[in-house]
Order: sequence, then structure tokens, then C-alpha cells
Amino acid sequence: MQVLDGVDFQVEDGEILGIVGESGSGKTMTALSVTGLLPPAAKICGGEVIFRGANLLALSRRQMNRVRGEKISMIFQSPRASLNPLYRVETTLAQVLRTHRNLRGESARRVALELLVDVGLPDPPRVLRQYPHQLSGGMCQRVMIAYALASNPSLLIADEPTTALDVTVQLQIIQLLSRLRKEHGLTLILITHNLSVIAELCDRVTVMYLGKIVEEGPVLEIFDRPRHPYTVGLLASRPTVHVEGTLATIPGQVPDVRERPPGCPFHPRCPFAKEICSEQHPVREKVDSGHSVECHFWREVG
Amino acid sequence: MTALLETRALQKVYPVRAGLAHRARLFAADDVSISIERGRTLALVGESGSGKTTVGRCVLRLEEPTGGDVLLDGSSVTGLRPPQLRRLRREMQMVYQDPLDSLNPRHPVGELVAEPLLIHRIVPKSGMRTELEGLFRMVGLGPQHVNRLPHQLSGGQQQRVGIARALATGPKLVVLDEPTSALDVSVQAQIINLLRDLQRTRELTFLFISHDLAVVSLIAHRIAVMYLGQIVEIGPKNAVLDRPTHPYTRALIAATPVDHPAERRERIVVRGEPTSPIEPPAHCRLVPRCPFAQPICSQVPADLVEVVPGRWTRCVRFQREHENGVWEPAS
Repeated sequence: MQVLDGVDFQVEDGEILGIVGESGSGKTMTALSVTGLLPPAAKICGGEVIFRGANLLALSRRQMNRVRGEKISMIFQSPRASLNPLYRVETTLAQVLRTHRNLRGESARRVALELLVDVGLPDPPRVLRQYPHQLSGGMCQRVMIAYALASNPSLLIADEPTTALDVTVQLQIIQLLSRLRKEHGLTLILITHNLSVIAELCDRVTVMYLGKIVEEGPVLEIFDRPRHPYTVGLLASRPTVHVEGTLATIPGQVPDVRERPPGCPFHPRCPFAKEICSEQHPVREKVDSGHSVECHFWREVG
Repeated sequence: MTALLETRALQKVYPVRAGLAHRARLFAADDVSISIERGRTLALVGESGSGKTTVGRCVLRLEEPTGGDVLLDGSSVTGLRPPQLRRLRREMQMVYQDPLDSLNPRHPVGELVAEPLLIHRIVPKSGMRTELEGLFRMVGLGPQHVNRLPHQLSGGQQQRVGIARALATGPKLVVLDEPTSALDVSVQAQIINLLRDLQRTRELTFLFISHDLAVVSLIAHRIAVMYLGQIVEIGPKNAVLDRPTHPYTRALIAATPVDHPAERRERIVVRGEPTSPIEPPAHCRLVPRCPFAQPICSQVPADLVEVVPGRWTRCVRFQREHENGVWEPAS
């Protein structure tokens, strides 16, 4: 079963790249491939992941462990599930500070406190003493971000970091990520199904459908001049405050990855589809600088 | 127009243990008075722990309220004994957030939709197939779906089955608890459109529970905002969204992510996260988080007051500063 197919994208230093897609689009698998955290049953059959000039897929497991700890960090949708429930926040943070920054004792504690202040947690000394179950969802996600930042990574991958949170807390986390980018020059890959979160944070967007990138471009370009019928459909089917009348929809639903349609994977649901779409996969074409699309008829979509 | 559903000072209190011998009360719903006119939608909006689901469950008496009254079509639901209650259940049904959780995984979905029809003896076994196909068609599914198992359907199809099951008994009132939250964006739009069509064609009355103001703005006629068990604001949809009276409503609106990257802006946010619903104070419960709080806010009880006809708010500061609905921006 092939879940990803020719996924090509780049992230520049200090940039926030959004990967957007619905369930089964392969956005999480893409992130796990980059971090070398794929489940044992999954194999990367081809391609490269180049980080600062080096192919991560060629690294040994030990080398990859170091990169993952020190250069690339990842946070997940459910922060509580990613923190060890038996450890106080201090223990969790101390571990990563010892392993990756060789800090112990008082100096580790000082850095841990700084990290908690940095992610905007109130009363950091108290939080250090607490266990995950004593923290709210938003606080857990802040601790998780502190944990991910503890090793001073240059790339942070966030997989649906706000999806499990309430809207007021979601906004706080969005503001936090945006501030961390400004203050620390953090590079961020943000994976989400929520186009509004993309609108809040990202510089560039990659749209995925059934394991393929169908469109990629600067965020304004994608929102103002989408060229792939799927992107157009996604944008139009979002409910937004103050829109009256019937919502536009994309007909049908995302098929199972095991039943990926031949040719362009979107053609059975596409209003622009013609015969060629079920026969031939479209190649990536350049629309404008930095904006590319995989669609036979993108000129008609605009 | 008369109200199809009305709750009067509905209350649901759970006893909790706080410390060894100390008993405390958790106010899941407190002083909740709402009414919905026939064929309209009231959205109950709030974050997790606000008590919106508790209200929905108390209305259907899936949970026993500890105080107050629920009236359906003018008659009290709260005092009913089981046989009468069972008859009444035909009139009010629920659609849940996660369709897969609410469907028995080992039964074909057709059986699940047929169940209420058999229990309430609405359709004889002989006419069942035709009835089922009709119900499936109504929610946009085909006769081939009747014999499928839940896991053989996509999320959107599962929710369509959930809706068919809820509508099978021909209810007047449907409580929808986050019916689109678990769905993909493109499917969510389909379900919202379906619900709107069904409401129009079958004159349904909806209590629509959601945390998502964007979804709510598409389907609601009136909005009630809940915070820590209480309604803090009620009013017509556009009025509440355009000119909110309560700082919490303002915060919810401000926190809704922008639709377009060009709209990014600095926003006022409420600080921290909701405080505890255990033995809450008589004064405004938002005080610890409210950017506009004044000393008065923690000195007097916060009651829900009608500030303009049809618009109610629990904000003490608003009630004092904005007499007769004259809004001045808070500083």
C-alpha cells in the first residue's frame, strides 16, 4: 500500500510552512518520514530528505537520533499523550537537557525555568513540580513546546498542535508559535487540516491529497489565486462567520488510500475532470514564482 | 410563535469529593433558561467544560436535572415517569459528535436505523425495507448502504446514518451535539447543508451544540454562549456575532481563526483557561480571565439580564455602563 507518492517540498530557514490536507492525505506520514519516526511496518521506498545539505535517510540510527534530538523536534496533536504521566515536568525537561545539552542540576533547572517562561506558562516553579494530569490541555501543549525547544532545534514540526484545544487556547498557542518564530528565528512545519490556522501562521502552504502534493505556494497566492480544483473546493467549503446561504461542497469523499484512483487522484471528485485526468497523472507545473500545481487544467481553474 | 422547547433555570449539580471529608458541588449547568421556537435553531456555544452537552442531555432526560424545568410543547418533561417518557422520546432525538461511537459496530447500519422504528412500533416489519430506503434517501444515502457495517462507511456517511436514525421517529426536536466536529472540512460542509435542508423540509427544531462559531453562524437563528455552566449571553445570531455584549463572547469571536491571511491582526485574548466549576462564586465567573474586569464585577451577583429586547447578558459591567443597549467600546 503506497501512502506517499513523490512528495517534494522545501522549507527555508526561519519560514513557517503549512502542510494542509484531510484525513488520509499523508500529511502526518510526511512529517514522520522527515523525523525518521515512521512505524516499523512503513518503508521509504525512494527519495531523499535533505536537511542542511545532508540526506537524513542515509544516516545511521544513532546519527538520526542525534539529529532528531538536537536539530529537529516534533510536537503532536495530543500533548497529554506525549508526556510521560509518571514524570514531573521537571524530570521530563531535565532528561532532554542532560542528553542533548549536557546540562545538569542547578543549571538544568535554570534553563528549564527559562523555557517555561518562554512558552508563557504562569508560575513556572510550580509547573516544574507538577505531573501532566495536573495541567490543562493548553498548559500541556506549552510544556510540550518547551520540551521540543529544550534542545535548541533549528526545525520544529508541529502535527495538528491546536486541534485538540479550545478556541481561546488555540489562539494562545498560535500566538506563542508566531512569537517563537520572531524571537528565535524558529523554522516551523505546521501540519493541519484547518485552513484558518494556516491563514493565521504560515508563509507558504503545501496542499496534499491522497499522498500527493497537489499545490504549493505563498500563503496569499494560495488563498487568493488557488489553481488546483481541490484547493479551490477546500477554501470554498470552509464555514466562515457571516457567510449566509448554502456552503459550497466537494462532492463525494476522500477514497481509501488502498483505492487510489489512477491518473490524477482527485479526478473522480473534480468538476474540471476530463478523460485525460483518469489516464495520466499531471506533472508539477509552475504557475508563478514559488507557486506550482499538479493539474492538467489549472489554467482553466484560475 | 410559541416555543417548542423551553428550559427554566435548569440546573445539574454533581457531588464531588474535594479532600478527605469535604464534599463539594460541581455546577455543570446552572440557571440555564433557553427557549427555541418551532422550526428554528438555537446554538449553544462554549468551550469544553462549559456545560453545553450537559444541557443537551438534561433536555432529553438522558441525565436527570437537579433543578429547574424542561418544557416541550408547553408540557413538562422533568416530571414524566418512564412510560410517558418513552412516548415523548419519539418527539426528541439526539445526533452525536462521533458517529462511529454511537453506532453498534456489529450491526448493519440499516438495523440501527430500524431499531427506534420497532421500539416505538412506528413501522411494521413488513414495511421496514421501504421505510429504511426512504430514510436513507432523505439523508443522501443509497439503498445499497442499508446492509453495510458502520466501519464500511466513511465518516460523513456514518454521520448521515446517525441523522437518519435520529429522524426515524419523526421527532420535533433534535439535539445535535457537535455533529460536524469529527468530520473533514469538505464533508462538514455537506452535512451542514443537509441539516439545513432537513430543517426546512421537515420543520425541525434544532438545539445545536458546538464550539465552532463559524459553523454556528451558518445554521443558527439564535445563539446562547455558555461559560462554566452558565449562559452568559443570548441573542439573535447576527446581533451576538456583530455586537457581543459579554467579554467572553468577544473573546470567542476574536479567537476564531481568520479566514484569510490578509486578516491577521493582534487580538485581545482572555488570559489562561477556565477556572473550576466546583462551588463557583455568585459573582461573574469570568473575572479571573476578563481583560475588562472592574472591582464591581467581583462584588455583586452576576444575573442574566435583558439589556435590549431579545438580548440577554450576564456581564455586570455591561449592564451598568450600557443602559438601553448603548454600546461604548470598553477600555
